[in-house]
Amino acid sequence: MAKREGTPAFPEANREEPSELLRELVAHLRQNRTQLREEWVVRITETRLLTAMTKEEIFAEATSVYDSYVEALETEAFEALQAYARNLSERIIPRGVETHEVVGIVLLLRDVLARSLFAKYQNDFKKLNRILDAYEPAANRIANTVAVGFVQERERVIRQQQEAIRELSTPVLQVRERLLILPIIGVIDPQRARQLTEQLLRGIRTNRAKVVVIDITGVAAMDLTVANNLVQTVEASRLLGATVIVTGLSPEIAQTLVTIGVDLGKMNTVGDLQGGIEQAERLLGYKVEKLAEPR
Amino acid sequence: MEVPILKQGAFLIATFQAALSDADLNQLRMGLVQQVVKFRSRAVIVDVTAMDVMDSFASRTLREIAHMIRLRGAETVIVGIQPEVAFAMVQLGLTLEGVATALDLEEGLAYLNDKFKTAN
Repeated sequence: MAKREGTPAFPEANREEPSELLRELVAHLRQNRTQLREEWVVRITETRLLTAMTKEEIFAEATSVYDSYVEALETEAFEALQAYARNLSERIIPRGVETHEVVGIVLLLRDVLARSLFAKYQNDFKKLNRILDAYEPAANRIANTVAVGFVQERERVIRQQQEAIRELSTPVLQVRERLLILPIIGVIDPQRARQLTEQLLRGIRTNRAKVVVIDITGVAAMDLTVANNLVQTVEASRLLGATVIVTGLSPEIAQTLVTIGVDLGKMNTVGDLQGGIEQAERLLGYKVEKLAEPR
Repeated sequence: MEVPILKQGAFLIATFQAALSDADLNQLRMGLVQQVVKFRSRAVIVDVTAMDVMDSFASRTLREIAHMIRLRGAETVIVGIQPEVAFAMVQLGLTLEGVATALDLEEGLAYLNDKFKTAN
């Protein structure tokens, strides 16, 4: 099969340039494209990689990956492959494809191609050696490029999601004119505490708030750093002329704060969010009256 | 650059124009403390809206001004601290303890009017 086309390409001279070898290699891979590609897809399915994708999808991706691979071998220009790897990662990451799968399929292709070279040059070990000398470094670089591209894309996605979560996690809400509430839910780390404070200060300025209720019912635990961050938030808000009321301190957090001795003297605390809002209304001069019993 | 001190009814208003040198701050301190008695003012408003940096000296001077004015029988309100400045200040531990603050000039005036209305 592969040998028939390969035979006339056997030159008599032993001293080819590496680029010439690479060209010969690329010609071989182009000629046997269909067969090698199918073999690769079979190997992928056998090793149960890319289980998140259908067979047709795998085949379609395999085709373009194969072509990009051969092209990268030929031109030794990795930019196109890099762009393709990033683009591919963008599409398959949301489907739940893992790093080991991507690295796995590239290594499989490398293996499939190397085997076809062994088969083709099995009668000429010197030539095989030289071909492999040309093939291996390029193939390694390709595997590297694809893997790095995938990991970079994944990191980018993770960063983006972290940012989105952070944005979502600290809403500053106006409940009455000049009264903001800031419900905090989940874990507070220094970075989030900083962002939270910045967002609150901006909110105070844009809404011209006079009173802020920070509700920490949803905060499970608090250590010294976080407690100090909270105190800083209160102080910074005061510098902008706003009073802060902290509500929803759980018994555990209260215990922790007392044990570690955080200076809560400047902090105005009320048991629950309702109480906090009521006190805020008093500070702002509101009087809420019940007009009728609900039916 | 010297900070102009404006008389507005029973209040004195000092508006920072830009970043000030330590000498300017000292001059402002003396100016305010003298004029508050000269004009029989009931309160002083220091507007720092234009300041995008507040170092420890400026912060300490503001606190000193507030305390000196109190000893001279009047009130002080610091207004217009920018969110970024406020955040930087608390991180450095410069919290202007015992000094009244307000969002901006309007708020500061409202605060003082309110305060003196209930006092009378």
